[in-house]
Amino acid sequence: MATLAPTVKAPTRPRGTVRPLSRWAAVALLFLGALLTVAPFYFMFVFATHTRAEIFQIPPPTWFGEAAGRNYDSLLERLPFWRNLWNSLYLALMSTVTTLFFCSLAGFAFAMYNFRFREGLFGVVLATLLIPSALNIVPFALIMQALGWINTPRALWVPGMASAFGIFLMRQYIGSAIPKELVEAARIDGASEFGIYRKIILPLCGPALATLGLVTFVNSWNSFVGPLIIFRTAETYTAPLALRSLQGIANTDWGALMCGVALTVLPLLIVFVFFSRQLIEGLTSGSLKG
Amino acid sequence: MQAPLPTSARPRLTPRARWDNFQRRYAPYIFISPFFILFAIFGLFPIVFSLYLAFHSWQPAAGLGDMKLVGWRNFTDNLTDPTFWQSLRNTIVIGLESGIPQHLIAIPLAFAIHMGLRRMQGILTALYFAPYITSVVAITVIFFTLFSWQYGVVNAVLTSLHNLPVIGGLFPEEKINWLGNRNFVQPAVATVVVWRYVGWNVVLYLSGLQSIPKDLYEAASVDGATTWQQFRFITLPLLRPIMFVAVTLTLIGNLQLFEEPYILTGDSGGIGNMGLTTVMYMYRTYNFYGDAGLAAAMSWLLFIVIGVLTLVNNRIFGRSGLARAD
Repeated sequence: MATLAPTVKAPTRPRGTVRPLSRWAAVALLFLGALLTVAPFYFMFVFATHTRAEIFQIPPPTWFGEAAGRNYDSLLERLPFWRNLWNSLYLALMSTVTTLFFCSLAGFAFAMYNFRFREGLFGVVLATLLIPSALNIVPFALIMQALGWINTPRALWVPGMASAFGIFLMRQYIGSAIPKELVEAARIDGASEFGIYRKIILPLCGPALATLGLVTFVNSWNSFVGPLIIFRTAETYTAPLALRSLQGIANTDWGALMCGVALTVLPLLIVFVFFSRQLIEGLTSGSLKG
Repeated sequence: MQAPLPTSARPRLTPRARWDNFQRRYAPYIFISPFFILFAIFGLFPIVFSLYLAFHSWQPAAGLGDMKLVGWRNFTDNLTDPTFWQSLRNTIVIGLESGIPQHLIAIPLAFAIHMGLRRMQGILTALYFAPYITSVVAITVIFFTLFSWQYGVVNAVLTSLHNLPVIGGLFPEEKINWLGNRNFVQPAVATVVVWRYVGWNVVLYLSGLQSIPKDLYEAASVDGATTWQQFRFITLPLLRPIMFVAVTLTLIGNLQLFEEPYILTGDSGGIGNMGLTTVMYMYRTYNFYGDAGLAAAMSWLLFIVIGVLTLVNNRIFGRSGLARAD
C-alpha cells in the first residue's frame, strides 16, 4: 500500500546500539512524560463522578466517586445536552461527507489530468493554506449575518466543503496509488469522466478517504471559534459551546460540567484508540509537504 | 471503440465523439471548480471586504448605509490604544512561554522514542498525541479545575513535592493562585498550550528523524561516538529543515491564540487583562463593542505582525533549512 506522507514507520536504526543506561533513562523519562500527558484525561473522568464539593476539597479526589448519575441529571437539567451532541454530530457528518466528495473529485482532477494552468491552480489551492484564519473572523460573521445563516449549521459546513488540505491529501494519494493506465483503459471502454471517478477512482481511494474523513470529523467536532460566532441559542449550540456556556462565574456545577466534558471527549477517544495511526498521519501530512 | 484522439479524429466526428472530447477537455475544470467557487465566496471576498472595512467606521447593527470612510483612523486608534499593545505583548509573551518549551521538550522526546523503543513507538506516540485531538474547550475546563488555587491538583502536587527532602526547595512553599495572580495567568495558559501541542511536534520531529540515513549513526558509533554526540552532531543539524517547519507552524499558531486563554480566563482576559490575546481583543472589539471597522483594522495589524515575524524567522532560522528541504 502506498503511504500518504513520511510518517511514523519502523525506526531505521538497528537495535542494541544505544547503551543500556541511557536507554533506561530514556524509557523512564518517556513514560513519565506520557503519564503527565494522560493525567488530565484521567482527572476528567474521575471528576465526572464527583460532586462539586468533592472536586474542590483537600486533597482533590484521585479515584472514581459515586456522583456520576447526579452529575448527569444536573447536566440535562441545565442544557439540552443530547441535542447539543447531535448538533456536533450533524455538523461533523455533513462536513465529512461533503469534504470527502469535493476533495476527492478535485484531487482526482489534479492528479490524473493534464490541463492548462494545472500547476498554477494547484499553487493557489496550497497558498490559501497560508492565510491566517484570524483575518477572516469579522467578515465571516458579517457575511453569515447578511446571508441569514446565523444559528444554522450550513454556515459552517458549506464554506468548508472543499478544503485545500483535503485536495492536497487526495491528490497525493491518487497520484501515487492509482496508475494512469487504469483511467486510460476505462476511457477506452467508453466510461464518462465522472463515471471514471465514480467507478474507478472512488473505490480505490479507501485509505485516503478514511484518513481525510477522520481528520475532518475530529476537526469539526472540536471546532470552537466558528460555532461561537454562528450559534447563539442553547438549542443550536454544539457540545463544546454548550460546555462553555455552563462555565459561569461563581455557581458553576463542576460535576455536571465534567460529566459533559467526558461525554464530549469520550467518542473521540474511542475513535482515536482504533485509528490513531491513520489520524496522526492525516493531520500531520499537510504540514510536512504543504 | 477508438480512443478519442482529438487531432486524428477531427475529420468526421460523431456527436458521441464530440461529447467525449468536450467532457474530457472540461471535466478537470469542473471537478476543481467547487473549491474555487467556495474560496471566492468565503475566502477571497471576506478578505477584500475586511480590508475595505478597515478603512471605514461601521456599527453592523445600524445596517450597511451607516458605513463611513474614515481613512487610517481605525489603524491609528488601534495603535494608540494601550489595551491593543497589551494584548500584543500578552500574545507574544504567551507565545514564547509556550513555544520554546514545546520544542525543547518535543525534540529530545522524539529522539528518545526514535532511538530507544521500537515496539512501544506506536502507543507512546498516540499517548503524546491524544491532547491534540481533544476539544480545547474540554481540555481547558479540566485545566481550570487543576489550576484551582486552594483545591487544585497542580498545587496539591507542588505542595507534596515541596515536602520532599533535598529537592523540595525547588518547589514553592505557598500555593500559587494561578488564574488569580497577574504573574501566573500567562504561565498557566502557556502550560495548557504546551500540553496540547507537544505531541504534535513529537510526530513532526519523528518523521524528520526517520529521514536521517541510519548509516550516519552506524559510522558514528563505529568511531565511538556517544549517544549525546550522535544527537548533537548528527541529529540536530539534519533535523533543521523539519525544525524550521515546526517552528513556523508554532509561530503562526501562537500569534493567533484564542481558545485556550478565552476559556481559561472566562473570556474576560483574566486578572489585569494578562490573558487577553490580540485575537481575543479583536473578537471583543467586534462582538461587544460592535465596531467592525476597528476590529478589521486590528486583524490587519496582527496580519502584519505575523508576516514580519515569519520573515524574521525565515531569515535567522530558515535559510539553510529551506534550501535543504527541497
